[in-house]
Parts: sequence; structure tokens; C-alpha cells
Amino acid sequence: MNLRSAFALAFGLAVAGVSNAATELVIATVNNGHMIEMQKLTKFFEQANPDIKVKWVTLEEGVLRQRVTTDIATKGGQFDIMTIGMYETPIWGKKGWLQELKPDAAYDVDDLLPSIRQGLSVDGKLYAAPFYGESSMLMYRKDLADKAGVKLSDHPTWAQVKDLAAKIHNPQAGVYGICLRGKPGWGDNMAFLTTLVNTNGGQWFDMSWKPQLESKPWKDAINFYVDLLNKYGPPGSSANSFNEILALYNEGKCGMWVDATIAASFITDPKQSKVADKVGFAQAPVAVTPKGANWLWAWALAIPAGSKNQEAAQKFIAWATSKDYVKLVGKETGWGSVPTGTRKSTYTNPDFLKAAKFADAEKKAIDSANPNDSTLPKSPYVGVQYAAIPEFQAIGIAVGQQMSAALAGKVSVDQALKTSENAADREMKKAGYYK
Amino acid sequence: MATAPGLSPALIVRTVIAWLVTLVIFFPLGWLVLTAFKTELQAISVPPQLFFTPTLDNFVEVERRSDYLLYAKNSLITSVVSTLLGLAIALPAAYSMAFFRNRWTRDLLMWMLSTKMMPAVGALVPIYVLAQTAGLLDTRTALIIVFTLSNLPIMVWMLYSHMRDIPHEILEAARMDGATLWQEFRRVLLPLAMGGLFSTGLLCLVLAWNEAFWALNLTAAKAGTLAALIASYSSPEGLFWAKLSCASLMAIAPIVVFGWFSQRQLVQGLTFGAVK
Amino acid sequence: MNRFLPRALLAPAVVTLFLWMIVPLLMTIYFSVIRYNLMQPGEVGFIGLENYQYFLTDPSFGTAIVNTLMLLASVIAITVIGGVALALLIDEPFPGRALVRVLLISPFFVMPTVNALLWKHMMMNPIYGVFAQVSRFLGVQPVDWMTDLPLFSVILMVAWQWLPFATLIFVTALQSMNREQLEAARMDGATYLQQLRYLYVPHLGRSIAVVIMIEMIFLMSIFAEIYTTTGGGPGDASTNLAFLIFKQALLNFDAGVASAGALLAIVLANIVAIFLIRMIGKNLD
Repeated sequence: MNLRSAFALAFGLAVAGVSNAATELVIATVNNGHMIEMQKLTKFFEQANPDIKVKWVTLEEGVLRQRVTTDIATKGGQFDIMTIGMYETPIWGKKGWLQELKPDAAYDVDDLLPSIRQGLSVDGKLYAAPFYGESSMLMYRKDLADKAGVKLSDHPTWAQVKDLAAKIHNPQAGVYGICLRGKPGWGDNMAFLTTLVNTNGGQWFDMSWKPQLESKPWKDAINFYVDLLNKYGPPGSSANSFNEILALYNEGKCGMWVDATIAASFITDPKQSKVADKVGFAQAPVAVTPKGANWLWAWALAIPAGSKNQEAAQKFIAWATSKDYVKLVGKETGWGSVPTGTRKSTYTNPDFLKAAKFADAEKKAIDSANPNDSTLPKSPYVGVQYAAIPEFQAIGIAVGQQMSAALAGKVSVDQALKTSENAADREMKKAGYYK
Repeated sequence: MATAPGLSPALIVRTVIAWLVTLVIFFPLGWLVLTAFKTELQAISVPPQLFFTPTLDNFVEVERRSDYLLYAKNSLITSVVSTLLGLAIALPAAYSMAFFRNRWTRDLLMWMLSTKMMPAVGALVPIYVLAQTAGLLDTRTALIIVFTLSNLPIMVWMLYSHMRDIPHEILEAARMDGATLWQEFRRVLLPLAMGGLFSTGLLCLVLAWNEAFWALNLTAAKAGTLAALIASYSSPEGLFWAKLSCASLMAIAPIVVFGWFSQRQLVQGLTFGAVK
Repeated sequence: MNRFLPRALLAPAVVTLFLWMIVPLLMTIYFSVIRYNLMQPGEVGFIGLENYQYFLTDPSFGTAIVNTLMLLASVIAITVIGGVALALLIDEPFPGRALVRVLLISPFFVMPTVNALLWKHMMMNPIYGVFAQVSRFLGVQPVDWMTDLPLFSVILMVAWQWLPFATLIFVTALQSMNREQLEAARMDGATYLQQLRYLYVPHLGRSIAVVIMIEMIFLMSIFAEIYTTTGGGPGDASTNLAFLIFKQALLNFDAGVASAGALLAIVLANIVAIFLIRMIGKNLD
């Protein structure tokens, strides 16, 4: 081409470059501590990538899920990056709604904890990059256990847990043997109850997708739960979820607690817990089988398939979930605040291990959870404490409501399970899983 | 006729009862205000702490963490504009229905109210798709439209009610004095309706200010209101109570200030002397 | 001019409301007769009244209707009676009246979700809530509000929030009372109860009717407070119609069934409205 058209081409490219100068990324996210941290540290990313600006939309978990699902399903295009969980990723990935993530070699995708990575991939393709992962475990008051003369092993059984709860239950002194979730919700009480059912050898659906809520494992699990909490739990349990129990535990009112591993970071923080130095950890209790006894969850960053800023989005995600980011948090905020449950390298870092006494227990828990194989009988769904099907949210809350009613003594356990079975059956039939 | 001067026993009794009742009703909110100045640990302590060293940490955190000013600006613009717009449309309508009643008036009122009978949750998908098609997602315009039309029936009803309290005679008298419609409206009607206008405006302003469903679902990064600010504080895992109280305080503060200053307007009385 | 002016004044309100109503309504009717789940956007097809049937045969449907009506009736009763009482209380001047007015109105300024959390955590928690502490101080076993009295708890928090609304409307309405008539009655020796019955309440008739109708509309569709505190439970003790619709719309993402539910909610609202109009409609004139 001649000089003039070359000039014109160059000019055109320059203009195009200039008009692309500030790509704006809109990120929808949940408001847990690690995400708040990330927002504070965004300036480092923007400094390294001056042509990208990041805007955050922070919402409470339930609202976030509703918002991003509505948006991605109607192709609203409001968000370039969405924070989704291990529940949505397999569903949306399979539907082709998400962009596959292809980080470069420096990202070291093999460093991701295998169970977390597996939970966020479909057919080996990674659809969301984890920035926070958790499992569940038992956190108990070592001082109370010592006083009762009981030493809990690292892999206790539920029978042993019940024993200890009975011994340390002392409402007069304001201490309740064990605190467990009870608030209705697929991610509230049902998350915990599903693991209890799993470890009793049960499952949500059999291989023909028929709900199994009246099977023996369910009856055993729920009867045990209702009995345990009514005898040794605090009042108001049927409306308690994570935060309510956290408040109780930090005030020293709970002898034991089985819940998300992140709880450990709060209850051992002297700034917010009165019992920070009295906590012991063990793996989640088991009954008949260790399969599915502890759950697996991750919050991850994903890109909707129709996003207009794919490249910038991939860059941000790679930055936010990289090894360097972990080091950045450690340096800027402290090793106690680094995102946990994502990378193997975090758990071999001496600074982190020093700051987080629970790191070992947490890693053991995460490693032992497998969303593809979490029930004794074979299941058609993936997910440890849920079934990754779209219908699960509505089924989960309906069943959760019944379990809460059983706990509150409003209905018998058998009646609650019957009603739950009908509710689940109804939804599955409508969704066309079977006639 | 002059009332008995000074502190009659009746006055003392009334004052005490009024204050007692007020404190009981205000108590939960007062507790919220206190909690905004506590640490998370103090906020959940048993027994609850009435006296403690206050801290401004929460305010700093809220200011730093979220773009309070952007949210506040959006809330202000959407609420105020939608309220003014709504009043501009509702006032003539209410006037018409109050002073030119016919047999359709009550039906019309009921129909207006019935436009609010559809639960917002049920209309989410249609409205979302409409907004998306019109390119109005994440804009203040969309919120203004939604707020105006949502509050319009309420405004019409409340203004209608106030106007019906205004005796016709006063307006008749003005008309007979040769005032044009516009003068009648401005000089006579408006001052008398001021109290009603202000209370309607304030209540609808608050309704728009607190509107969370549409504010959360139709906005993303640009047009979020204070409702979005609040929504970002209830964390799924982690104590947030003190911070949420603080964020709520910061969200309510502008309205309380406005409410305090519009005190007098709210209770401006009608002067019946004019009838004579 | 006589016929034209009133209509012209009404026109903007009527036209805009009509458009606002008709477009979503038509879309909702359309969605309610097709299969439309956001998670399966490809599978749309006409399915007649199946969505309605599905919504109506929800085992919680009957309870939801009852709960909705109970919530409505209770909150309206509390706010109207309480609102009138408060308005009368602060009608005549006393020291600090201006401040009292602001304090009484302020609960209305709190966002509904914050309101719900406030009551759940601070007031009603059976261990560290204020009610529990007071009960223990008095030697009484604390009440487990969310577990044993879920619907009542929701009624309480909603009533607390709407009481200021009613109060403010009544306070403003009382301003237009004929003070001279009142003075005359007092001079004639009328007792307070007589003043109430013959002067105050009739004057407030219209604003009471307005408050009832407006609250009815708002209270029919509250679900945020329920979702945040009790999650509709235990069982379906605090599930109302709006919560069922919410479950379908934002948990199941089934726009078809949710639309059917929304239309059923409109039917219910109309029935209640007709019933209320029969009772208090005269007062609106």
C-alpha cells in the first residue's frame, strides 16, 4: 500500500486504540470478607493494567444469585464478571452460558486444589476460577471437653459427638452442648442436613431421579438431628443460620459447632471472639460412611458467554485468583486474611500456616470432599451438600421448611419427611425428570 | 377562647404518656443508632451494652468500602424527581376528582389502586425484559419511571383525601371574588393543601427511598441506590451487625433531616376563619 | 369547559397508569399460559392452564392464603387503632411535640430488610435479644418468637414499620378538624369519649379508609421480611402468597408459574378490595 493509506491505517488503528483506552469491567460479587479485600486491592490491578477500570456491584448472597441468574438467562449483559458458586457452575457451564477460562502457564492451574477445580469444571474445562473455597468441620471448645474428660479424635463419629454434647450441655451456665443450623433454606439448614444424610448412607435422588426423602438414611439422619438439637441445642435453633450461631459461639454459648471452615477464622480472632484461644478442630463427624460428611463450596469468578469484554475479564480473573494475589493480600493486609481454600501453594506457605491455626484441618476437609462421588449409593447428580440441578433451590427451601418445622416440634419427623417427599416429587415431575 | 395557661395536670399526664409511648416505639431504632457506634463484638454481647466507648470505625469502613456518595446521589435524584413528577401528575388528578365528583370517581380511584395489585415479584421478568429492550437497564431514568408510576396511585389517593377535607365554600368564595382558576389554585387551594402535599410528598419520598426490589434488580454499577448499599452489608458468613446498623444510619440520615425540617409544613392547619 | 377541564386534569395520571398497568399485565398473562423457565429458555410452548394448576395445587397454597389474610387484618388493625390513638395523643400541644413527631415517624424510614434483621437479632433472639433479656430479668421464660410465633413475629415487625405511616396521615387529617366545634362541645361538657365518637372519629373516617386501602395493597406483597427472618417457616407457618410467588420466580426461575401466581394474587387482592369497599367504601366519598 502507498504511504497515504498506510498513514490512514495507522491513524485509524491509533484512534481505535485510543477509543478502547478504558475498558470498564462490571463485576457482580458477594460480600464476604475476601471479596471486600479484593475490592480494596483492585487499585493494584488497575495500576498494572491502565486500560482497564473495574466497577464493583456487591450484593447479599441470595440477591446476588437472583440478580445474576436473571441477567444471564435473559442475556441482559449487565455484568462482565459474575461471582457464582459451585452450584451454578456445572449447570450454567453445561448450558454453554459461561466462557471457558483459559489461563496461561504462569497461572499454574494445577496448583488449584483438585476437588475445588473439579467442582468448577465440566468435562475437564474450567468455567469459573475459585477465589474462596470452604468445606465443613467440627469446631469445639477444648476447655469444656477437657473439663468433661473427653478427648475427641480427629475423625469423630456422630455418636461420640452426641456423647460429648450431653456432657458439656449446661444451660444454667449459659452453655449449650451443640449448635447447628436450622433456618429453612437450601444453603442454610439443608446444606448441613444433606451432609448428615450423606454420612448416614443416603442421597437426594436415585439414578432414575426419584427423590429418596423417605428412605431409612433420611429417617435416621433427621431423627438424630431433631433429637440432638432439642436435647442439647440452644433455643431458637429453627431460625439459626451461620451468622446467628457465630454470634452465639463468639459469646461462648456453644460447646460444639459443625459448619463452614471459614467460621474457624472468626472464632479464633480475639477481636471478635471471647473464646478465641479455646477452640479445637476435628473433621466433620461421620456415621455410616465418610462419603459426603463434609461439604464443598467455592465462590468463583466466571464470564458470561456474551460478555463484550472477554479479554479484559480473563485478565482480571487470572490476576484475582493467582498465587501473586495471595501474596499481595498477605503483604498488604495480613496472612490471616488471605483467600483460603483455593490453592495448594497457600497451604504450604509458612506465613499463612502461622497465621491460620485451622489451615491443616481445613485443607484435610477440602481434599476429602468430592462433589462427583459424595453418596454411598450412586447418584445422578453432582454436589456434596446440594444437587446441582436448577430445581434444587425451590426443592431445598420446601424441604428446609419442613425440617425446621420438625425441629420446632410442629410436626413429627415422619410427617415432615413425607411432606418433603411430596414437594420434591412434585417439582421433579413438573420439570420433566420423570412422568 | 384561651386554654388554661401553665402546667395543668392534664398537660403533665399527656406529656408523660406521649413521651413514654414515643420512647417505647422509637426504642428499636434507637438501639440501631447505638449499635452503629459499637464494634461487632459489642453489638452481639449478652447482656446488651448500654454504655460503651463509641467508635467511628464503622463509618470509616462504610465510607471506604462502598461509594456512599454515589449511592446517596442516586437515591436522592431518583426519589426526589419521582416524587415531584408524581405530585405534578397526581395533584391535578386529585383536584379533579375531589371537586368535580361524578359517579365514576370511586371506580376510578379503585382502578388506580388496582394497578398496584400485581406483586412486584411476579412482574420481574416482564419489566426486566422491557427495560432491557429499551436500553434502560442500570439507569436512573428507569428507576424514576418505576418509582413515579408505583407511587402515583398512593399520591392520588392521599391528595384526594386531603382535598376532600377542604370545604368547597372557601373555593366558591374565591371564585365569586372573581379569581381565575389558576389564581384560585395558587392563592387559596395550595396554601390550604400544603399540609397534605407535604405529608404525601414525604411518605412517597420515603417509599421511593426505601424501595429495594426494583432498585436492586434493575441496576448494576451506575444507578445503584442506597438500597444497594444496605444489600451489600448483610454478609452470608461473618458478623456484620454493627456495620449494617451504621450503613442503615447513613442511609436514613438524609430523610430524617428532611423530615425534621418539613415539620411545620406537615401540620399547617386550615384557617376556618376564612369561611366566615 | 365544564366537562373538559376535569378530564384534562385527570388525563396524565390515567394515561400513564394505564400504560404502566397494561403492558406488564399483558406480558404476565402471556407468560402464565406458556412454559417459560429462565433456566430452560429454549423450551417455550403453550400449555394452557397448567401453570395455574401447578400453583394452586402447591400444598402450602391454602395456608399461604390464610396467612396473607391474617397478616393483612392484624397489621391493619394494629396500625389503624394505634395510629388514631397516637395522632389524638399528640394532637394538642405539649413540650417537645416537634421532636416526638419526628421520633414517631422515623420507624417508617428504615428499610424493610434492615427492619426485619433488627427485630430478628436485636429484639426477638431468644438468647441475646432484648425481649429475652427483659423476660429473664422478670423471671419469665423467654419466648422463642421465630419458632413458636412466626407469623405473629412478622406481624409485629411489619406493624411497627407501618404505624408511623398511619399516624402521619391521621395527624395531618386532624389538622383540618373544626376546632371551634370541638371547643363548643367541650364547653357543653362533652366527655372525651363523646368527643371521640361524635367528632374525632367521623372526621377521620375518610383518612382511615385511605390508610386501610393503601396498607392492604402494600401488605399483600411483602415477602422480604419473611425471607430474611423465618424463611417461610417453620413448615409454612409464615409463608404468604407473595412468598410462594417469590419461590417460583426467584428460586425456581419459573416465570410461567410465577406469572400465574401473580395473576391469582391480583384476583385475591380484588376480592379483598371489594370486601373492604363494602365495609368502608362510604367513607371514601
